[in-house]
Amino acid sequence: MFKRDSVCTYTMESSVPLLEIKNLHAGIDGNQILNGINIEIGAGEIHAIMGRNGSGKTTTANIVMGHPDFDVEEGEIKLKGDNLLDLETWERAKRGVFLSFQYPQAVPGLQVGNFLKKSVASIKGEEAAKGKNFRELLKKSMKELNMPSSFLSRYVNDGFSGGEKKRFEILQMMLLQPQLAILDETDSGLDIDGIRTVATGINSSIRGTNSGALIITHYSRILDYIKPDKIHVLIDGKIVATGDSTLATDLEENGYDWLEERVKEGGIN
Amino acid sequence: MKTSQEARDVVGDYKSGWHDTENSTIRFDSGLSEKVVRDISKIKNEPEWMTEVRVKAYRHFAERKMPTWGNMSMLEQIDFEKVCYYLRSSSATENDWDEVPEEIRNTFERLGIPEAEQKWLSGVTAQYESEAVYHSIREDLVAQGVIFLDMDSGLREYPEIVKKWFCSVVPYSDNKFSALNTAVWSGGSFIYVPKGVHVEMPVQAYFRINAKNMGQFERTLIIADEGSSIHYVEGCTAPTYSTDSLHSAVVELVALPGSHIRYSTVQNWSANVYNLVTKRGIAHENAKIEWVDGNIGSKLTMKYPSVILKGEGSHAEVISVAYSGSGQHQDAGAKIHHLASNTTSKILSKSISKDGGRGSYRGMVTVSPKANNCKLNVVCDALILDDESRSDTYPTMEVANPTARCEHEASVSKVSDDQLFYLMSRGHTEEEALALIVNGFFEPFTRELPMEYAVELNKLMALEMEGSIG
Repeated sequence: MFKRDSVCTYTMESSVPLLEIKNLHAGIDGNQILNGINIEIGAGEIHAIMGRNGSGKTTTANIVMGHPDFDVEEGEIKLKGDNLLDLETWERAKRGVFLSFQYPQAVPGLQVGNFLKKSVASIKGEEAAKGKNFRELLKKSMKELNMPSSFLSRYVNDGFSGGEKKRFEILQMMLLQPQLAILDETDSGLDIDGIRTVATGINSSIRGTNSGALIITHYSRILDYIKPDKIHVLIDGKIVATGDSTLATDLEENGYDWLEERVKEGGIN
Repeated sequence: MKTSQEARDVVGDYKSGWHDTENSTIRFDSGLSEKVVRDISKIKNEPEWMTEVRVKAYRHFAERKMPTWGNMSMLEQIDFEKVCYYLRSSSATENDWDEVPEEIRNTFERLGIPEAEQKWLSGVTAQYESEAVYHSIREDLVAQGVIFLDMDSGLREYPEIVKKWFCSVVPYSDNKFSALNTAVWSGGSFIYVPKGVHVEMPVQAYFRINAKNMGQFERTLIIADEGSSIHYVEGCTAPTYSTDSLHSAVVELVALPGSHIRYSTVQNWSANVYNLVTKRGIAHENAKIEWVDGNIGSKLTMKYPSVILKGEGSHAEVISVAYSGSGQHQDAGAKIHHLASNTTSKILSKSISKDGGRGSYRGMVTVSPKANNCKLNVVCDALILDDESRSDTYPTMEVANPTARCEHEASVSKVSDDQLFYLMSRGHTEEEALALIVNGFFEPFTRELPMEYAVELNKLMALEMEGSIG
């Protein structure tokens, strides 16, 4: 294995972005939801999308992952220069796209341990799901997330509390080590300790690596612990503002109304 | 080994003669008559009383009407005249694996029996067509006095025990198919576990229908004497044939006071097989009977493992799963009769239907007026994989004692797009995702099985999900 030096990383980052969403127009059942989204995330960067309910945040996440219900009318999504839109959801997962779900689905009878092993085997290869290395990464990650080992014999998201579901999403992210992690409202339903724990998991998976993350939230609290490189504000399916972490503080204090007003007055972009 | 000529010498000349086809030494022409029934008994050298039971059962069968429930239109398609009622692959029961004819051995080796034997089995009876051709039992079981034979050998070697219990749990007159089985039965297992003996490892048998239009009518009798325990496992696989086959077994369990019998089945008949089986056990004081029953294949299955809770403090459990694909109907469930006080029962039924398949739960639980403080619990869950498929529930509870505590839960669910999307986002194809959901749904059943059966079943369901996404 060769080790990439920082210069090399920098070169890659500057030439081909990790994720590139260009002019994305999309909808569902004839209803337009996204009206031309543009986001570019470089390797090692963490971005956040903020916005009210219904502004198109979850739709963006689902479309990057390839949810079959949505129709993409226009635009491009590229991961390290490769077109994602032609790929099936599972193929995107194998290329390193990961989505932490806002509402993770229960699969009664499917044991957590078994599911983690199968998913790691599927995405990272059979070898990665075997032996000591896998067990140690699993143990370490669960410890970081304060999850007891008894968790492994429970059924996937079946009867989990809101907090357990979110921790389980982060556990999967830590084991699958994605290129791009999209975290959809991972902070909602978590108390302050939960947010801190989850933020630690996200930081340790993304910071200092070639991976990137897109965090979707409508509270700024999780951003205090993660410190995103950029924050995008989404209103009615369009990004109306992009800024640094001070933008989150502004939104926390003043809400979205002032931004909406300025969009109506002629835009701020 | 009896040749066709020798067989003629035993039972006289047949109009159309014997068949040596399909590697079987002796094969009767299809069709059923009192003469065929008597000849089956004669060729096996059975005692007079068994011949008489067979003949009485045959007469009952001939008069008895078809059931008026289940899937009547499918039942009416059975042509009893086209079924071959007796066929023998090799005339002797072999004791050594190497002496089993090569072609038959190949079939079993493909099923992985010798390997499985080393790891798990405490005894193997492999039923190939009508009679057991291979039988082995671990020496420690013999030393403990456990009898584990194929039914024909059981009748020869232990006629008194067989006579005492045969038809005592399932009378031939119980239903049309128990009458048919009693008239023409061949093979099956005979097990007696002496007082206080615990058989630690599961005891297994594989069944397989291998000839066209070959009915298989095995008969199994298990007696667990006081305070003993045994887990019996049977697995069935069958290759696909273009014409219909009939499988009609009878299984009788006798659990004497304080004993425990668990009977596990995973059957995967090919999609043309009629699987019409009567399974029943009687539980005496403080005895426990469990049926673990998996129905994957067949054209029509009608099977309701049942337990008569005869003794005080006895317990019954029936855990079943059914999978119905295109053109298949699984009509399965359970029957439990609480005849004594302080008896408890539990039914868990899970069914999956797909590609227009139909799954029905048909259950009956009764509590007699004299039985006080009984507890019964029924849970049935159905999972429907597409809009063409169907699931029905026919639960019956007849509770004639007010002290009984009854619980019943039923659910019907569909696989949602969101569930599939979630699993696919973890790198699983749509088919793999569906298999994860389906195997999860069956998990409460699979975890009750010995490991290699559980693995086999999961693989089988994954295969069933292949090519299912349109």
